[in-house]
Amino acid sequence: MNTHVRALMGACALGALATASMGETLTIATVNNGDMIRMQGLTDDFSEKTGHEVEWVTLEENVLRQRVTTDISTKGGAFDIMTIGMYETPIWGANGWLVPLDDLSEEYDVGDILPAMAGGLSHDGTLYAAPFYGESSMIMYRTDLMEKAGLEMPDAPTWDFIREAAAAMTDRDADINGICLRGKAGWGEGGAFITAMSNSFGARWFDMDWNAQFDTQPWKDTLEFFVGMMNESGPAGYATNGFNENLSLFQQGKCGMWIDATVAASFVTNPNESEVADSVGFALAPDNGLGKRSNWLWAWALAIPAGTQKEAAAKEFIEWATSKDYIALVAENEGWANVPPGARTSLYENPNYMEVPFAKMTLDSILTADPNNSTVEPSPYVGVQFAAIPEFAGIATEVSQEFSAVYAGQQTVDEALAKAQDITNEAMEAAGYR
Amino acid sequence: MARSVTNQRKTINTIAAWAVGLLIFFPILWTILTSFKTEGQAIADPPVWFFFDWTLENYAVVQERSDYMRYLWNSIIIAGGSTVLGVIIAIPAAWSMAFVPSKRTKDILLWMLSTKMLPAVGVLYPIYLLFIKLGLLDSRFGLVIVLMLINLPIIVWMLYTYFREIPGEILEAARMDGATLKEEILYVLTPMAVPGIASTLLLNVILAWNEAFWTLNLTAANAAPLTAFIASYSSPEGLFYAKLSAASVMAIAPILILGWFSQKQLVRGLTFGAVK
Repeated sequence: MNTHVRALMGACALGALATASMGETLTIATVNNGDMIRMQGLTDDFSEKTGHEVEWVTLEENVLRQRVTTDISTKGGAFDIMTIGMYETPIWGANGWLVPLDDLSEEYDVGDILPAMAGGLSHDGTLYAAPFYGESSMIMYRTDLMEKAGLEMPDAPTWDFIREAAAAMTDRDADINGICLRGKAGWGEGGAFITAMSNSFGARWFDMDWNAQFDTQPWKDTLEFFVGMMNESGPAGYATNGFNENLSLFQQGKCGMWIDATVAASFVTNPNESEVADSVGFALAPDNGLGKRSNWLWAWALAIPAGTQKEAAAKEFIEWATSKDYIALVAENEGWANVPPGARTSLYENPNYMEVPFAKMTLDSILTADPNNSTVEPSPYVGVQFAAIPEFAGIATEVSQEFSAVYAGQQTVDEALAKAQDITNEAMEAAGYR
Repeated sequence: MARSVTNQRKTINTIAAWAVGLLIFFPILWTILTSFKTEGQAIADPPVWFFFDWTLENYAVVQERSDYMRYLWNSIIIAGGSTVLGVIIAIPAAWSMAFVPSKRTKDILLWMLSTKMLPAVGVLYPIYLLFIKLGLLDSRFGLVIVLMLINLPIIVWMLYTYFREIPGEILEAARMDGATLKEEILYVLTPMAVPGIASTLLLNVILAWNEAFWTLNLTAANAAPLTAFIASYSSPEGLFYAKLSAASVMAIAPILILGWFSQKQLVRGLTFGAVK
């Protein structure tokens, strides 16, 4: 009998040991971009260190957003880790849909995450997603065309200077547009740009009682300035241009300036992709002297859906992918220009990285964006180019469609603003904010 | 004179048919061309047509980054399975509607078709919750069932149309010769409707192969078919057009080849009874 009991106990102990050391297979939903693809290529390093395997589900950004929202809101459990942004994180964290990342190891050094990023990825002071890379927006401009126009770009220009420079750089015969900006409908496309721009004009989406503010002068000024400048110096058909269209124009030498995501800097300075790689300069996004610049703040971050059976392994992955060691691993394999930017303070203290031409301006841009205080007048929401409430994506998509119709010449600024006011107020009333 | 006019009209018709055909095929042709360009050439303005340095690099990158064969296998199982299952269910249904119609047959047919008018996203959450409860999420079996149900109205309608062209007297004669219902459907009706069944099969394989809403929303890593493979190369932030085109060509190639080889049957089936 004793022998049997001992054998049974031994078998149980072996089983427990085997279970403890058994590697998990993590399913990770992610977006398709250069940094994420690079991470997929380096996953073997994680598997070797931990014994866990990784299955990637890579989707286009908007498809991914819908896919993971469906899964997390129904507790589907299809994914162990999700790539989400600054918009979703505080909302999902507040809903209890995400595992709090409040017990990451000491070696991970949570305090090293850039404060702006940590703030945007937290709810009530608790971090719910770890930033894989962060971005702001800044001006990328052609130094040769600026010189030819007899102008010098300040480090922190005003909108008036940008308009003047755009007009001076425009050469329609040579197919050069002074400025390229997003006009495409969609809250993450043209909607993000015009919202960030409106902050610098003193506009805001809502007052402190959640009333829409499109009937105010700052919004009228923003749209009229944008449309006026783009009609003077922008590319034809800018109403349908998003990030990729403008990237393509800039890389082919058809834009004097482009104000967009800081991650674009590595594309436009890559001689394999860009015809103007050796003549690109950088500056902070413009302001209007009101104390707010027109740059946004965004991060793609890794989060764990509540209820996953593989929480421990998922945390191990997040610690690996967003660690200082991972940055060093990418630098070793792909060079410093390709490390995921905008997430960790220590990266910007690294002399190797600071030699990258756009590193300092990226950091300065990130540091000037404050998601908790993004507007000149007080506003009740968190977020720079969005308001972190569940209703925002739907409302802003509709509003941006109205704005794009102005860019396409289908309606006036006043008509679009009146419609935006009605759309927003109706939606906010239906959602119970007003 | 009359003969010359006929030839002239024939030539015009032929040219017009080719022009329309090329117009319809142009997006696919452009995708194929782009897949052999570099990312820079893919976005060049003005666009480069045929004279560029053709490269297979995009195919190599896609092959290295993705497990194409796994996506392909999933597509074959899902498209093939849902179509075969749909036809097995639809043949008896179409038989009863064509040869033993009731007062409500037309209403039922219209009601079946009306289910196609509901936007898929309207039932996403109920279906998703059902899949979670039944453990079907990210399974090929689950997708076979869903796609079969989605395409069932079309299959029944197509087969009903073909069956109505077959004289009922032939089936009556078979019955008089002692054929059971099963024998009547299997050995008399089905062989006579082979062109129609073949075209129904082909059309539904194509529909299921290209279905992107459910196949993207109900799968993750295991059951994802070629639609998910394509979606993994699309990006609003970064230029992946050449690679996306290579992935698209790899995804549509099998169904394109199947379509080319079976176009005679497809046309024959689709025009079956059209001139009566």
